[in-house]
Amino acid sequence: MAKKGWDEFEIGAMLRSFDGSIDDIAGTPQMDRDYSENSSYTASVADWRLIKPIFNKDYCIDCQFCWVYCPDVSIIARDKKMIGIDMDHCKGCGICVEVCPTNPKSLLMFPEQADEEAEIASWPAKNEEK
Amino acid sequence: MSEMKKIKNLKEFSTSADRFEGANLLCPGCAHSIIVREVLNATNDDLVLSASTGCLEVCTAVYPYTSWDASWIHIGFENGSTAVAGAEAMYKALKNKGRLKQPDRNPKFVSFAGDGASYDIGFQWISGCMERGHNMMHVVLDNEVYANTGGQRSSSTPIGASATTSPAGRVSYGEKRNKKDMVSIMASHHIPYSAQVSPNKWKDMVKKIQHGFAVDGPVFINAASPCTTEWKFDPKDTMTIADLATDSLVFPLYEIIDGRELNITYRPKNIVPVEDYLAAQGRFKHLFKDQYKYLIKEWQERIDDNWAYLQRREEARV
Ligand SMILES: Cc1ncc(C[n+]2csc(CCOP(=O)(O)OP(=O)(O)O)c2C)c(N)n1
Ligand code: SF4
Ligand code: SF4
Ligand code: SF4
Ligand SMILES: [Mg+2]
Repeated sequence: MAKKGWDEFEIGAMLRSFDGSIDDIAGTPQMDRDYSENSSYTASVADWRLIKPIFNKDYCIDCQFCWVYCPDVSIIARDKKMIGIDMDHCKGCGICVEVCPTNPKSLLMFPEQADEEAEIASWPAKNEEK
Repeated sequence: MSEMKKIKNLKEFSTSADRFEGANLLCPGCAHSIIVREVLNATNDDLVLSASTGCLEVCTAVYPYTSWDASWIHIGFENGSTAVAGAEAMYKALKNKGRLKQPDRNPKFVSFAGDGASYDIGFQWISGCMERGHNMMHVVLDNEVYANTGGQRSSSTPIGASATTSPAGRVSYGEKRNKKDMVSIMASHHIPYSAQVSPNKWKDMVKKIQHGFAVDGPVFINAASPCTTEWKFDPKDTMTIADLATDSLVFPLYEIIDGRELNITYRPKNIVPVEDYLAAQGRFKHLFKDQYKYLIKEWQERIDDNWAYLQRREEARV
């Protein structure tokens, strides 16, 4: 959508989140919804990040702490399982890593340019101190 | 009344389909959106929402985008609550006249507003909503400052916090006035339910929000919202700060039924010294200089005193 100038705004704008009609939003997972181009779901904030989380499912216990405390709806949970990170919406805050209770953690922060496979291959070992 | 959503544990909660979207422009690590998600995901019913001017509104309705998957309105700073109250009154009228197309859907009416919009500028509007008995919930995203305009103090800013209009420095320790007790003020409208919540205690939050949705009449919720930008801590630490807030009892969790019956809903196993809560945030950094250290002791006394007060009320069932 072409960006409008500050003086081209519609007064009392009404934005629709979905194209067409949708009946049971609360029962429809995000990836199955017909979002309109006015929903911020279709936008990306990936370029905000300097660091990014990488998910290593080997240690994950599906506790869903990361899901509930992610401010940016970026932890993808399906059928009570943590299945990955939505990298278009993740802002790299690092909260998910802080709240992850496993040892070693199932989520860690890395520089944005880090290679996911390589980092998972060299994942830190269990921390014996705690 | 519609059936309450079953949320026994976090796994079950995680099957919720969010109606609040990412790629909004809130700061990384902002607690406002964590609170909003916990509130909205507490129900599967339709939602009629508003946000008063402030970080949440400004960052989730940036033309041509919306981050809301529900009816949502913004008018001004002061009147988000009355916008929702108006919608609720219309809904009731149409229902009474039998003119609703889908009379069994039981929408939930919720207004979100900052502490500036609630404790100060929208105060009389919220009071009106509570007094008129609308079937709605007002949720304060309490970050204790006018964050969206650069950190001016509000009547929620606590003593000793450095804010841009009450900066700490050589001659001042920052904010000098005590935080307004909004939960008590709102409970004094004899509304069926008012409560304080914090996003780290998601289960306590969901229980209270569901209770609020179930009762008939106005509900007031004050939600602690640690602000990485204005409280000055690293974005990754939002939940750590929230834990310190609830476990030091700076943000005690409790509810007041019918304005008359106070229940404490969370008793920390290990109460954390208030000093630890203060030390974790840049807005209180100056309190650790010799000149101002006495204020930390006063802080602890104030919090102890408030905790004793809440316990007295709980015990006396008042
Ligand atoms: C009547 C009015 N006064 C002042 C403003 C400027 N203003 C916009 S947002 C804001 C701060 C909001 O603070 P708060 O309600 O605490 O929400 P926060 O941004 O902290 O979440 C102010 C002062 C306004 N928009 N309208
Ligand atoms: S880094 Fe922050 S935004 Fe990204 S997934 Fe983790 S909690 Fe969510
Ligand atoms: S917090 Fe850690 S263990 Fe829990 S679901 Fe997320 S990644 Fe898995
Ligand atoms: S300034 Fe504070 S409340 Fe506003 S978006 Fe940033 S973290 Fe959230
Ligand atoms: Mg505020």
